[in-house]
Amino acid sequence: MFGSQGWCGLAAIGLSAFGASPTNIFAPVGTPADSIFGLSMLVLGITGAIFLVVAGMLLYVLVRYRSRTPDGTNEQEPPQIYGSNQIELSWTVVPILIVVMLFLATARVIYSTQHARKPVAALDVTVIGHQFWWEYSYPKLGIVTANELHIPVSDPTHPLPTYLTMSSADTDHSFWVPRLAGKTDLIPNQVNTMWIAPQTEGLYLGQCAQYCGTQHAKMLIRIYADTPASFAAWVSQQQQPAVQDPNVAEGREIFQHNACISCHTIRGTVATGRFGPDLTHVASRDTIASGSVPNTPANLRSFVDDPAHFKPGALMPPMHLDSHDLDAVTAYLGTLK
Amino acid sequence: MATQTPATEVLDLTVRKAPRRHWLEVLHDWVTTVDHKKIGLMYIGYSLIFLVVAGVEALLMRIQLAVPNNHFVSPQVFNGLFTMHGTTMVFFVGMPILFGFGNYLIPLMIGARDMAFPRLNAFSFWISAFGGLLLYFSYLGGSGLYGAGSAPDVGWFAYAPLTARVFSPGHSTDYWTLALLLSGIGTIGTALNIVATTICMRCPGMKMSRLPLLVWLYLVTSGLTFVAVGPLTAAQIMLMLDRYVGSHFFDTQAGGSAVLWMHFFWIFGHPEVYILVLPAFAFANEIIPVFSRKAIFGYPAMVAASVGIGFISLSVWAHHMFTVGLGPGANTFFTLATMIISVPTGIKIFNWLATLWGGKIHFTAAMMFAIGFLFQFLIAGLTGIMLSVAPFDWQLGNSYFVVAHFHYVLVGAILFMIFSAFYYWYPKITGRMLSERLGKWHFWLFLIGFHLTFDLMHVPGLLGMPRRIYTYEADRGWMIWNMLVSSGAAIQAVATLLFVFNMVWSYFKGAVAGADPWDAWTLEWSTTSPPPSYNFAKIPSVGSRRPLWDLKHPEDPDSDYEMEQSVPRKRSEESK
Repeated sequence: MFGSQGWCGLAAIGLSAFGASPTNIFAPVGTPADSIFGLSMLVLGITGAIFLVVAGMLLYVLVRYRSRTPDGTNEQEPPQIYGSNQIELSWTVVPILIVVMLFLATARVIYSTQHARKPVAALDVTVIGHQFWWEYSYPKLGIVTANELHIPVSDPTHPLPTYLTMSSADTDHSFWVPRLAGKTDLIPNQVNTMWIAPQTEGLYLGQCAQYCGTQHAKMLIRIYADTPASFAAWVSQQQQPAVQDPNVAEGREIFQHNACISCHTIRGTVATGRFGPDLTHVASRDTIASGSVPNTPANLRSFVDDPAHFKPGALMPPMHLDSHDLDAVTAYLGTLK
Repeated sequence: MATQTPATEVLDLTVRKAPRRHWLEVLHDWVTTVDHKKIGLMYIGYSLIFLVVAGVEALLMRIQLAVPNNHFVSPQVFNGLFTMHGTTMVFFVGMPILFGFGNYLIPLMIGARDMAFPRLNAFSFWISAFGGLLLYFSYLGGSGLYGAGSAPDVGWFAYAPLTARVFSPGHSTDYWTLALLLSGIGTIGTALNIVATTICMRCPGMKMSRLPLLVWLYLVTSGLTFVAVGPLTAAQIMLMLDRYVGSHFFDTQAGGSAVLWMHFFWIFGHPEVYILVLPAFAFANEIIPVFSRKAIFGYPAMVAASVGIGFISLSVWAHHMFTVGLGPGANTFFTLATMIISVPTGIKIFNWLATLWGGKIHFTAAMMFAIGFLFQFLIAGLTGIMLSVAPFDWQLGNSYFVVAHFHYVLVGAILFMIFSAFYYWYPKITGRMLSERLGKWHFWLFLIGFHLTFDLMHVPGLLGMPRRIYTYEADRGWMIWNMLVSSGAAIQAVATLLFVFNMVWSYFKGAVAGADPWDAWTLEWSTTSPPPSYNFAKIPSVGSRRPLWDLKHPEDPDSDYEMEQSVPRKRSEESK
């Protein structure tokens, strides 16, 4: 009923789904992910070979030694064999040799990743995990932003890796962008580091990989690997204080006279809260709600009205602004390029 | 040659029909019993109930994940579901069902009339059962994270500091803690009992070298339980102190350590995997030889490998923590320790293959599930090797690949072997055969459902899907895989219903089994089915590893082989 064409179709859909995923671990674009990919191909090859040999033996044994008499009839019992030290020794020693080989290959990648020498030119970024968003700060550049990380691409001939120094403000989180590197946990009271070095520009997606509370699912990561020129432009733009547009003075007033300022910072204003994301350049971001919805005026309005609309369990409370005030605040935030 | 009690000489005193009793009398009898068989059955019954409950939780999760951005359940409910599913399956299905079989079988297999401490046995059961009820009472009595939901929602390994009162202010985490504390006490009691029974209650002639492999493996499992459950219990008490007395073991806001909890949990958690899988090996060691009609290949190597696995499994826990930042030295060590455990495990697989080799394999439902176990355990072991490679684990850890891997162990290996054990020992327990026809339907349906679900579940992990997310983005290419995975779950549910039906139907209508329906070799088959409360009218004595084989094959008894084995050793000792 399900012809060969159907199966082919299904296989094609499956394969295309594999290829189309923006978070495929087998499509690395930078060094740590690259060397992990190489090692994993070796491991897949060895385990695949072991599988074929052992499963083949199992199949052979099941066919060759199946009982040929119908149940209930008396048959001669097969000869009883209790063991053989030589044979058992051989299937102890051969696996040990495979383990040694695999271990050496693994140790090499562990040390080349976690013990790599940090180049002087490396970019430093501090990553703080929060329920349920990411805070990024560039200590040497004086930039603080959230959820969308901009880094320069790393030319393989002149590597320019980005070093992430990570910790958490509340519960455990884990930073995972599969095409760039494996994951590293963000743990309160502990500082971890990892590095990434994407070799082609583009947007790389990921998300929190350690259960951190109700909205763990929508703690998404977006990494923009920019060309050196566009990264420099982004840096100088982010270093500016917040735009002061007189057309949205009313929205700014409402923002500054509400609880917004106790959690959010907008540099150059009275808003200096640290609990929520820095909004100084919020309008320059593509998404809001840590990557879960596009940054459009309608979405922003809806989020300010009640964050639980997109992210039930988010820690920002509904602001209870009336429709007029909501419009004004949304307009104000929209000017913060 | 040692003397033996032939099976036929066992006095059958149960033929007389007992008068029908009032249901309250029956209930009183079960509640107050200290008989190892009744306690074993209560363990099995209660874990089967929890199996259905936790299975329904899994189905609800699979409905939610079938399509992206689904609104079937809220995140609060979903987080409660996966916490309850994991906790229930490990502590209130896996442990009790395996200890239930152990309780039932160990005294019968070593020719004893009961466990060493029958009242401790009853205490262990009731306190574990109370733990399970307490866990589920949280649906009525406790609110979750930030007062959300109404069940524990901190994940089954409940990483600190999510469990601190700041993040989890209600009582649901307390119910979780208390439930595990109580079940841990019960587990240690049962483990103690199994060790004491195995050491002290063996019938005459049952030397340790003649112990059925099932009993050996339960001995190792019980030893592991002593070492592993202690740290878990200690950690639960520390967590309670943190939450109510103001200590700061795991309270990161006051300088405590989140990583300390991870160490405590996984130094329990990884041996726990072996506590669960060794009994599955134990069943395979009995069932595969009987249906291949051959003695187990390499008995001493099987014992040594089991003990080896027991010891090595105590030194691998931090492979759950490769991404925590322990540094390259620790990651290298735990990679090596984890890889080494594949050596004794490999010995077991090869010895099972060698047992099948040259045999006459009978494809009964029990054997088919055992073969399914062999095949799936092979794959689970190989994905385990992939995960032991620390850099590969940086990608795969906490993704759906890991979820698929450990379900391959827990369902593909352990649950398949539990089903096999049901088909094999149900006739002994009830006196009636399970329907083979329904059993084969059950096997094939469950096999298809299992592979559809758990083979394909590896893929979203490779495509970057982390575990424990209540929904996912549509653009990640995960949907088709999740859809297929969910449909496989439905097939498994149907197969399980078939199994439940088979158990009920066969209890009343199944063919009468007789004492030894499988032409098997260990002592439990020498008494009636079901066995009388005193097990053996006359305590048997044995002269080899397979006493009933020797009885049935006086021309080629195992005891001859054991004599041959021991003679050269004696000679060499004399020559010293």
